[in-house]
Amino acid sequence: MSLQVSEIKKIAQLAAIAVEPAEFELVGNKLSNILDVFAQLEKADTSGVEPMAHPLDQTQRLREDLVTESNQREKYQANAPSTEAGLYLVPQVIE
Amino acid sequence: MHNLSIKELSALLQSKKVSSVELTRYFLNRIETLDSEINSFVTVTPELALQMAEVADAKLAKGNAHPLTGIPMAHKDIFCTDGIKTSCGSKMLDNFVAPYDAHVVSQLKALDMPILGKTNMDEFAMGSSTESSYYGATKNPWNLQAVPGGSSGGSAAAVAAGLVPFASGTDTGGSIRQPASFCGISGIKPTYGAISRFGMISYASSFDQGGPMARSAEDNAWLLNAMVGFDERDSTSLTMDKVDYTSSLNDSIKGLRIGVPAEYFGEGLDPEVATVIKHAMAELEKQGAELVEVHLPNQHLAVSAYYVLAPAEASSNLSRFDGVRYGYRCEDPKDLNDLYTRSRAEGFGAEVKRRIMVGAYALSAGYYDAYYLKAQKVRRLVRDDFTKAFESCDVILGPVAPTPAFNLGEKTDDPVSMYLADLFTIPVNLAGLPAMSVPAGFVNQRPVGLHLVGPYFSEAKILNVAHQYQQVTDWHKQTPEWIEGGRQA
Repeated sequence: MSLQVSEIKKIAQLAAIAVEPAEFELVGNKLSNILDVFAQLEKADTSGVEPMAHPLDQTQRLREDLVTESNQREKYQANAPSTEAGLYLVPQVIE
Repeated sequence: MHNLSIKELSALLQSKKVSSVELTRYFLNRIETLDSEINSFVTVTPELALQMAEVADAKLAKGNAHPLTGIPMAHKDIFCTDGIKTSCGSKMLDNFVAPYDAHVVSQLKALDMPILGKTNMDEFAMGSSTESSYYGATKNPWNLQAVPGGSSGGSAAAVAAGLVPFASGTDTGGSIRQPASFCGISGIKPTYGAISRFGMISYASSFDQGGPMARSAEDNAWLLNAMVGFDERDSTSLTMDKVDYTSSLNDSIKGLRIGVPAEYFGEGLDPEVATVIKHAMAELEKQGAELVEVHLPNQHLAVSAYYVLAPAEASSNLSRFDGVRYGYRCEDPKDLNDLYTRSRAEGFGAEVKRRIMVGAYALSAGYYDAYYLKAQKVRRLVRDDFTKAFESCDVILGPVAPTPAFNLGEKTDDPVSMYLADLFTIPVNLAGLPAMSVPAGFVNQRPVGLHLVGPYFSEAKILNVAHQYQQVTDWHKQTPEWIEGGRQA
């Protein structure tokens, strides 16, 4: 399978990862090789087989809708590049 | 001292023949002296380690300390550690100092095991060689030209070089067992959900499983006792009966039925690795185990299914790293899209980007049924193969990896070739079963691991078989000759 440039652009957009035009060929070749591995799946007879999302077929456990965490804003904000008055500051990206 | 087992070190600590501070200083000194050659640590935390060792010594002085109290250890850099950089091997998290401890970290901290530091790993646990780390490749202590395996290669190499008696690891497609095999140590991946994933940075949530990596099966049993347990903060954490994994280590394996899948010994397996595994089979037979042929007919589909499902989960899990919510942020973004896409392009390495893109593609409209849904069905086929095989055997035996450790750089340009290094380990993760790598010999002076796989919750049985094997072999006691105190048969 060989991916077209338009497909690589679409995949990059879906993944939210910038790919420079100079990288298209290399990225495309490696992705194509990986997608070739997927082709193996076509050979499997899965008629009547239920998809399996959890290895032990368990469902998500639920809990009471209660507050369980204490407020640690200052500790968590210590990691942020920039904060002010308890808010996280990000670059202006919307004009 | 670095050649002693955890049990032996514990005895020294409990009898006050050595203090935890002395032991911690000893291993810190080894890291300082030897790790420049191996690069198994991303972060070393001497001050924290010595503080913890002092607390451990105070508890040991009272005479009723836990057997693991005072034993120095290291965590794979995927586990969040309060106040210590937690990079996950990525530039994306190079500036991340976790504000809390992973559940596993809390459990071992509660036993006062001094944390020597954080070990190197493939970026976001994606890789089979620890070459995709932002902090450079880790080298295999047995041959510095070889990879240590991945993604827990830093933990495996650190234990193999005697820089630490035990390190935590995680196994999504074989990332405890394959590096344990390549580095000649013992490592166990328990049943999916047995050890909490809380605070373990997610790669593929329905596969990721933490576990211990140490010299011997017995050491692993001690550590598993401390690591297994329900955690309400992880919604996939299992409620299990409390088991003492050390209590059945010395059970006889006479009459134990060991399944040998014919599919494990076909094309792709290095003949010399096959010879090593067959010798191990003969040793277990001598102890009274019975070898029975079993079949895993869908095993050959496991790699394809895994490389659809794991990247699909990764593309979702890693969407949070966008320069706003978490992680590296690019300079001077033009607009919001530029901020997201360039932060991710600059912050992630090539393998992580590849897997996110593959995952996004597999989940996209038009391909969901053909890839993702199909792979989930194949996952059930692979799991059902194991279920059927365990009707006629107690554990399954085979090679961990098709070859011994390959050379650094040998597979970096060929991702698919790299993926095949996990050919035998991946099916176990699809099924969520417990499995272990046990040192079983060498090919060209590079270690080879024996793979033991059991039914759900059979960790005690796997450890029992491994321990009995280690009573009549000394592969797990051998260490690289170039390292002071190294010993080989």
